[in-house]
Amino acid sequence: MNRLSKLFADKPRDVLNVYFTAGYPALDSTVPVITALAESGADLIEIGMPYSDPMADGETIQRSSMQALSNGMTLKLLFEQIAEARRHTEVPLVLMGYYNQLMQYGPDRFVDKAAEAGVDGLILPDLPAYEYQRDFRDIAERAGLEISFLVTPQTTDERIREIAATSTGFMYVVSSSSITGGSAQISDRQRAYFDRIAALGLDNPKLIGFGISDARTFRTACEYFNGAIIGSAFIRALHGQDERVAEATREFVHGILAPVTA
Amino acid sequence: MKHIDIDARGYYGRFGGAYIPEMLHGNVEQLRRSYREMTADPKFREEFDLLLKDYVGRPSPLYYAERLSKHYGTQVYLKREDLNHTGAHKINNTIGQILLAERLGKKRIIAETGAGQHGVATATVCALKGLQCIVYMGEVDIARQAPNVARMKMLGAEVRPALSGSRTLKDATNEAIRDWINNPEDTHYIIGSVVGPHPYPDMVARFQSVISEETKWQLQEKIGRDYPDAVVACVGGGSNAAGAFYHYLNDERVRLVAVEAAGLGVDSGESAATSQLGTEGIIHGSRTLLMQTEDGQIVEPYSISAGLDYPGIGPLHAFLIDSNRAEAISVTDADALAAALFVARQEGIIPALETAHAFAALDQMEYSADDVIVVCLSGRGDKDLAAFSSYLDSEPLK
Repeated sequence: MNRLSKLFADKPRDVLNVYFTAGYPALDSTVPVITALAESGADLIEIGMPYSDPMADGETIQRSSMQALSNGMTLKLLFEQIAEARRHTEVPLVLMGYYNQLMQYGPDRFVDKAAEAGVDGLILPDLPAYEYQRDFRDIAERAGLEISFLVTPQTTDERIREIAATSTGFMYVVSSSSITGGSAQISDRQRAYFDRIAALGLDNPKLIGFGISDARTFRTACEYFNGAIIGSAFIRALHGQDERVAEATREFVHGILAPVTA
Repeated sequence: MKHIDIDARGYYGRFGGAYIPEMLHGNVEQLRRSYREMTADPKFREEFDLLLKDYVGRPSPLYYAERLSKHYGTQVYLKREDLNHTGAHKINNTIGQILLAERLGKKRIIAETGAGQHGVATATVCALKGLQCIVYMGEVDIARQAPNVARMKMLGAEVRPALSGSRTLKDATNEAIRDWINNPEDTHYIIGSVVGPHPYPDMVARFQSVISEETKWQLQEKIGRDYPDAVVACVGGGSNAAGAFYHYLNDERVRLVAVEAAGLGVDSGESAATSQLGTEGIIHGSRTLLMQTEDGQIVEPYSISAGLDYPGIGPLHAFLIDSNRAEAISVTDADALAAALFVARQEGIIPALETAHAFAALDQMEYSADDVIVVCLSGRGDKDLAAFSSYLDSEPLK
């Protein structure tokens, strides 16, 4: 069984998914960040493949990507780092990146390398469902990689159903239309949107992402679905921590999982 | 031959499509559903045509360039887009898109710009319609295109510097897309070229197609047939070329010549010759040819012309070049500068640096004495006077 499917079967609630950019803050940070995240309580790790033109990401993640690229990060190195991290942990790992990266690497070769290194799923925000089905679904399924698609407050109910049917991994519920790294609170409008999705009665596991930054927003998000994704806030916590990434990572996760007092 | 058009999914052959994150889906889908119907509406046509006539000053003349013709030993006609209001072809598209934005009920307009010509054309139509205008421009371009920055501000637009990446056109486009994701309800994004996700490449090509629509009847009047032997146009993203080619795409009697910027030379490492240096990939939501590393990281191109240094090429042009319907010629900075000076002194017309590349291509083409060549004179050179001045200072005058 895919580690992702197993996770949601074993732990249907309060799933903490933490995103970080591979090769950030330092080229060799990838392995210590993954192992420290897993040890300190992250249930799922989303590894960003740094990209020159990350259209769906906000400034914080874009800056971390530029840093990672100037550190010398490549896909070849990333697969080596993931394979190394896999020797220390069984935490589910999801790669997040842009379809152009796969096209150049070769989609077949990419999924083979990813699966071999121990990756469980993919998030490719600029690969639409139609092109996914036409060009990539068979390739991903052959390698046993689960695919997660995004839904947003602008996504119609009908389209959410289609996206849910196409997603083989969890569904990524974008909490607002803003790019990653935005708002600090969950608004009434967002609550109404979560209720709308919940009312569709879909089977897919769902994680809320964008704007989740601390223990309070994480807890609130967990009230609605299976868990939440934290990205930009963690990238900010890693900033300038090149010499102590493992400690900074543990401190961050402990902060998110700390009890929230009213 | 095969009829060249976009398919229902927004592809020219295997190029095009809409590779966009879900956050953009609503807006792009709304445009996709409405752009053909809205632009076909007689009321829309009427308003569009009237603005092109009375505000832009169309039709733009098709001018027989006697001295250039004599020099090249062929018949050279210039399609004078430089005489449009704001000084380039860019206004044809922004007029069309602002009318669409109005009908879609949008209150806020965003745009990206490289050299500033599209930014000025967007700021102009926003002033015309009283809509808020924000133009993203790379910090580097803001510094090297100061006159156009001043024009945009004069017109009431806010110019926001793109500080990420290489701080040029590609990054300004990323920032504009990010703005649109953050403001999905009240904002329309006026893309300036035949790039981006479907329906932009087709929509912009249609708005620019007025160029070849006029060329047809103007040639009919002048030479008794409505087609030339060749159309020559410069290509960055490729909007003036798309417009100049549009009504000849399926007319194989007409050679289509797309002129790219070679910068310091195609193999110099400082170039923007996308069709030669590019490989298939995705940029700004479109599957096309682009300059990138083995790992799929997009490479920053170089050209002296801020309007041609885009790392991709519109999917229509990728298709035309890939299928050998169009031929690509590349022209260096030095040849473009020499051509600008030559045209200025032969015809009394100072072309934009972008357009100067199209003129320089005439030196690389073969033709016979009675061939009719239409060069799309996409813009005037006022914005490039600083570059021309330093060229004049360095080049001994003959």
